[in-house]
Amino acid sequence: MKKNYKIDVDCAACADKMEVAARKTDGVKNAIVNFMTLKMTVEFEEGADIKSVMQNVRTNCRKVEDDCEVYI
Amino acid sequence: MSKKQKKMLIRILTSTALMVCFHILERLSILPPSGMIRFAVYMIPYLLIGHDILRKAWKGVRNRQMFDEAFLMAVATIGAIILALYSGSGDYLEAIAVMLLYQVGEWFQSYAVGKSRRNISELMDIRPDYANIERDGILEQADPDEVEIGSIIVVQPGEKVPIDGIVIEGTSTLNTAALTGESLPRDIKAGDDIISGCINESGLLRIRTIREFGDSTVSKILDLVENASSRKSRSEDFITKFARVYTPAVVYAAIALAFLPPLFHLAAGSTAGWNDWIYRALTFLVASCPCALVVSIPLSFFAGIGGASNAGILIKGSNYLELLSKVRIVVFDKTGTLTQGVFEVTGIHHNEIPDEQLIEYAALAESASSHPISKSLQKAYGKPINRSRVSDIREISGEGVTATVDGHSVTIGNEKLMTTLGMNSVRCHSTGTVIHLAIDGSYAGHIVISDVEKPHSKAAIRKLKASGIRKTVMLTGDSAGVANQIAASLGIDQVCSELLPADKVAQVEELLAAKPTNEMLAFVGDGINDAPVLRCADIGIAMGAMGSDAAIEAADIVLMDDDPMQIAKAIRISRKSLRIVYQNIAFSITIKLLCLILVAVGLANMWIAVFADVGVMILAVLNAIRALFVKNL
Repeated sequence: MKKNYKIDVDCAACADKMEVAARKTDGVKNAIVNFMTLKMTVEFEEGADIKSVMQNVRTNCRKVEDDCEVYI
Repeated sequence: MSKKQKKMLIRILTSTALMVCFHILERLSILPPSGMIRFAVYMIPYLLIGHDILRKAWKGVRNRQMFDEAFLMAVATIGAIILALYSGSGDYLEAIAVMLLYQVGEWFQSYAVGKSRRNISELMDIRPDYANIERDGILEQADPDEVEIGSIIVVQPGEKVPIDGIVIEGTSTLNTAALTGESLPRDIKAGDDIISGCINESGLLRIRTIREFGDSTVSKILDLVENASSRKSRSEDFITKFARVYTPAVVYAAIALAFLPPLFHLAAGSTAGWNDWIYRALTFLVASCPCALVVSIPLSFFAGIGGASNAGILIKGSNYLELLSKVRIVVFDKTGTLTQGVFEVTGIHHNEIPDEQLIEYAALAESASSHPISKSLQKAYGKPINRSRVSDIREISGEGVTATVDGHSVTIGNEKLMTTLGMNSVRCHSTGTVIHLAIDGSYAGHIVISDVEKPHSKAAIRKLKASGIRKTVMLTGDSAGVANQIAASLGIDQVCSELLPADKVAQVEELLAAKPTNEMLAFVGDGINDAPVLRCADIGIAMGAMGSDAAIEAADIVLMDDDPMQIAKAIRISRKSLRIVYQNIAFSITIKLLCLILVAVGLANMWIAVFADVGVMILAVLNAIRALFVKNL
């Protein structure tokens, strides 16, 4: 299961941090952040609850980069 | 400019004004030259410009994410302020200026990135917003997603075609520039297939849709382009990894610079000079910021892919752009790639009667057959066939036809047929399918029918060679004679003929095994029957993909147009983008190192350090944007 989310972030290094944070979230198989198109592609693990996983992804991203947004 | 950028610009301008203002007041002795009041006054512009950086640095420390740019800037400026207080120099201006210039750099970067992001999305502005549906004689705008297959939609002049379909009424010219990069308009009439994303230029068209919006060409292309830079190149990975190691490394280096030399001096019995060395360490932090690299490399790839898609070349990811720049061997499929895949009359030889008349007899005699050869004869004849002129048509299977045309007995067929009829046929030197004619029992000449080269094939091969392609190979299922002749005329190095589709994969695998590992092999095909080959090559390039789903899926790079010149163009675009990437890597790292050395030996102060940092970043970003311009490649 793969989904695209719009994100908002200011610098390329921060986008990279978001990517690492999103990947470490439980229920996320892989995550790719595309700074240029401001998009995050999240691949979920089998049977993961997408809604709650994305909430956690957002919280984890905020931890590493205060000034970011993930539009769920 | 976005709201955020406007706010930042106002903050930058206000704090600059305040800083200059206070400095003048101090010179005029209105402000006390030292003490807490002066400190408090100077803190106003500092906090105004730097409060978000300080907060971000603090949050970073709390979340154990401390080695970022905000942290570097916060430590450097706070350090400089404490140093100014402690040493009594009272030079707060430096800390403010560093923060200010850093913010100017960030602002510029965000502006440039936003601008190119918009530029590229404008280039690819092919998404149709609505489809016109006629209900009771009135046009209604509907969401393209909701239009079902088989619906009739209306496209007015100036509108985009929203969904793939077949024209059922109207004639017009189409502008396909957004899809193919080709500026020549294309004529369209009732019965023709029409592809979404084109712009209807002149007449009203009624179209019966044959796909849903989500499966239409325009959706497929948009999806491909928007997800392109998600696949990262090795250069981008390198920069990411580099930044992860680099920032902690410079922080430790700065700490070493602050403490080791003074301690060494103390041990040697001289004065430690703490102030000087701590100042150098702080300056070192300012100079070390890796933003030029981190920003400009992904931007170069993004701009390269954007520029290419504007030229009708869709690249599925930054990694493919990078691989493409290393291509040294290009393998072509023949039919549909280098040749048009349509059979045409290419020669008429040894005829006693005029060419037109020979073709006329041939077309009439073959008029009952639906074989591709008879079709190409009829096409060459170019006039409607009057069947009443032909009688007694008799097909001799695998050999030809005999018939009576205008009272003359006409025999048309291969050499074998001529021999059985006891006639001496003249052998042909040209390659292709040769059809002999005999009229009233005597030999009348022969017609050569062959697949024709695309007009630009030869020039494309020459251009590829000029751009450093070492070897060109052509694969074909055709006979050796035809293949060799085309290869010789185009200037292709190696030919493999009489291949079955499965042999093509084996052949490409053989070529892959034989080449050095740092040279990439690209396979170019038209997407029909060669999807497995497209997949097994280092890079698969599909041509003329307007409407062909299989090609878009199997290939790494899709050329919207079927002009072979585009292959050379794609390679040139990738080379240019990668050149810019390497320039930026080399340029930024050199200046950075130089700057760090100057700072460490005490030859550069904080002003120079931050100027160098912001300056390098601006130059690198401007250089990266150059990748967008691909028109003249």
